[in-house]
Amino acid sequence: MSEKKKIMFTVRKPPHGTIYVYEGLEVKLIMAAYDADISVVFMDDGVLALKAGQNTKELGIKGFEATYGALVDYEISQVYADRQSMEERGMTEDDLLVIGEDEDTEEPIRPQVIDSSEIAAMMAEQHNILPF
Amino acid sequence: MDWNGRGRTGVQGMKLAVVVYEGPYNHEASDSAYNFVQAALAKGHEIRGIFFYHDGVYNVTKLMEPPQDDRHIANRWSEIGAKGVDIVVCIAAAKRRGIKDEVLVSNVRISGLGQLTMMAIEADRVVTFGD
Repeated sequence: MSEKKKIMFTVRKPPHGTIYVYEGLEVKLIMAAYDADISVVFMDDGVLALKAGQNTKELGIKGFEATYGALVDYEISQVYADRQSMEERGMTEDDLLVIGEDEDTEEPIRPQVIDSSEIAAMMAEQHNILPF
Repeated sequence: MDWNGRGRTGVQGMKLAVVVYEGPYNHEASDSAYNFVQAALAKGHEIRGIFFYHDGVYNVTKLMEPPQDDRHIANRWSEIGAKGVDIVVCIAAAKRRGIKDEVLVSNVRISGLGQLTMMAIEADRVVTFGD
């Protein structure tokens, strides 16, 4: 067998107002159970999905911050946020939600903030890219 | 031709997967996907599979009855399926939207996201049509 196929998800739409990001999360959780090398990159309005402390109660929808908090448990640990998209939206690293905790130190793990050029380099290595 | 240094040889005989996110008529996505699939097949490419997700699950219900002078989107997909192309409707997205096996046109099946996963792993390219 060849090595694991690299598959990247991109999240570019805002988290609420449509179902794209929520249903896209369901795809990631399923796909993580398969034999593939999964990464997720949040960019454009997608970075807003990573804001900590979202309250969707008034929207009458379940929300998914709790599920994002378990991404590392689902073995999705390559989670990235585009630095420029965050800056454009007034977000800093302190705004990012937690996606799991380090097994040894129990330190919270947050998405890694990277530059667009790094994202481009990662994209070039992917077998396939799924925009969700 | 070597695409993006990924060691792929040429554009002949690629294995493609197609994903459709939007419902019929309201968005152009389903039409564009259909035209893409037709063109790819005509060029001799293989369609590894077509996957309907989000509102895309509405594209293959036999309950649709468009005006006679308009294209019948569900029947068109069924014709693609009749050529042996695997067309899959996501069961999770379908259940949310009231789409069940019994309302699907023929040559289309309902299954899980694992099918999309296998398409993403096995196809040379996944091409997504959405908003």
